[in-house]
Amino acid sequence: MADKKPLSKEFTKGLIAENPVLRLVLGTCPTLAVSTSVSGALGMGLAASIVLICSNIVISALRKIIPGKVRIPAYIVIIASFVTIVQMVVKAYAPAIDESLGVYLPLIVVNCIILGRAEAFAGKNGVIASAVDGLGMGVGFTGALLAMALIREFIGTGAISGTQIFPAEYAMIIFILPPGGFFVFGMLMAVANKLAESKGKPKAELHGCESCPMAASCSLINTGSCEESVKEATVR
Amino acid sequence: MTKVFLSILITAILTENFLLSKFLGVCPFLGVSKKLSTASGMSLAVIFVMLLATAVTYPINTLLVKNDMAYLQTIVFILVIAALVQLVEIVLKKYIPSLYSALGIYLPLITTNCAVLGVVILNVDNGYNFAQSMVNSLGAGLGFMLAMVIFAGVRERLESCDIPKFMQGLPITLVAASLTSISFLGFTGIVDGIFG
Repeated sequence: MADKKPLSKEFTKGLIAENPVLRLVLGTCPTLAVSTSVSGALGMGLAASIVLICSNIVISALRKIIPGKVRIPAYIVIIASFVTIVQMVVKAYAPAIDESLGVYLPLIVVNCIILGRAEAFAGKNGVIASAVDGLGMGVGFTGALLAMALIREFIGTGAISGTQIFPAEYAMIIFILPPGGFFVFGMLMAVANKLAESKGKPKAELHGCESCPMAASCSLINTGSCEESVKEATVR
Repeated sequence: MTKVFLSILITAILTENFLLSKFLGVCPFLGVSKKLSTASGMSLAVIFVMLLATAVTYPINTLLVKNDMAYLQTIVFILVIAALVQLVEIVLKKYIPSLYSALGIYLPLITTNCAVLGVVILNVDNGYNFAQSMVNSLGAGLGFMLAMVIFAGVRERLESCDIPKFMQGLPITLVAASLTSISFLGFTGIVDGIFG
C-alpha cells in the first residue's frame, strides 16, 4: 500500500473495481434507506463524500501523531466532527434534504465506508493520495446510490428526479417501499458479480476481519473471522 | 399512559421494524443470520446494549441541551456508546463469565452498529421522555430480534436450495430479505387500527 501508485489509479479503483457498495459491501444501511429518490441519493452521496474526503485528509495528516492504540477513537472523533459540520450546513442551506435524509444524516458517523477507508488507507498513506482515494470512494458510493435510486424511483413512482415519465398509477409502489430496496440491491449485486466474473475477479462477499474497521479494537481478531469465532462459541 | 407505551412498543417492533423498514443494522443482519442460535445471541446483545445506551445517553443529552450544546450530540453519543460497549465487555468478562460467554462475543460487533446509535438519535428526535425512550429502545431491540430470528429460519432453508450461479451468496440473501420485509409490510396501519 505504501508504494507510490499513480493518483489516477487511486481515484478509479473506487469507481468500479473496489466500488464500496457493490464490491466491498460496505455502507449497506444508507444505500438501502435513502435510495427511494434521486434527490435523496444525491444528497446522501454528496454529504458522505464530503465527510469521507475531509476525514481522509485530516486523518492522513495526523497519522504520525495519533498513537496506534487509540487511533480508532481518534478517527471516530474526527469523522463525527465533520459529520456535525455537514449536518449544520445541510440544516441551514438545504432543509429539504435534511428532511428527506432524517436520521441517516447523523448516522454517516457509523457508515463503515468512512471508518473503513480511514483504517485501510488514510492511516497509512499521504495526504494527497488519501484525498484522491476519498474522492474516488465517494464518487463510487454516490454512483451506486444513484443507480439504485434511478431504478427504484422510476419503477416505483414513474418519475425520474421528479419528472414524470409514465403515469404514476401504473407504477409499482413496492419498489420505493423497503422490500424494493432489498430486491433492487440484490439484483444489482448479482449483475456486479456477473461482470466481476467475466473479468476473472472474485464475487462480492461479506468481508472477513482484515477489512473490518473494528479489527483493531476487536477482541475476535485472533480467532480468524467473526463468523468462525461465533461458530466456535456456539459449539462451546 | 399504558396506551402510549404500547403504541410505541408495537410501532417499534412491527410497523417500523429497525431492520426491515428502517434498514438500521443491516450488516449484522446479513452477516450473522446464518444460524438460529447466533442470530438470537446477537439480538440479545443488541437489546442489552440498546437499553444500556439509552439509559446512559438520556441524562447526557438533557445536560447538553441545558447547556446549549445540542450540536455535540452526534460526537458525544458515538463516543459514549463505544466506551460503554468496551466497558461492558470488560466488566462481564471479569464478573459475570456466564453472561459473557453468551453475549460477549457479539459485543465488539455492536460498537459501530448503526442500530444502536440510530435508536438513541431517534429517541431525541421524537422528543421522548426517559420512560418512552426506554420503551422505544426495547421495542427496537425486540423488533431486531424478531426479524433476525425469522430471517435465520429463512436462510437455513436457503442452504439446501438450488440457486442460479450469480444469485448465490449475497444476492439471494438480499432477495430473501426483501420477501421477509414484505411480510412486515402487512402490519402497516396496525397501530392506528388498535389505538386510533
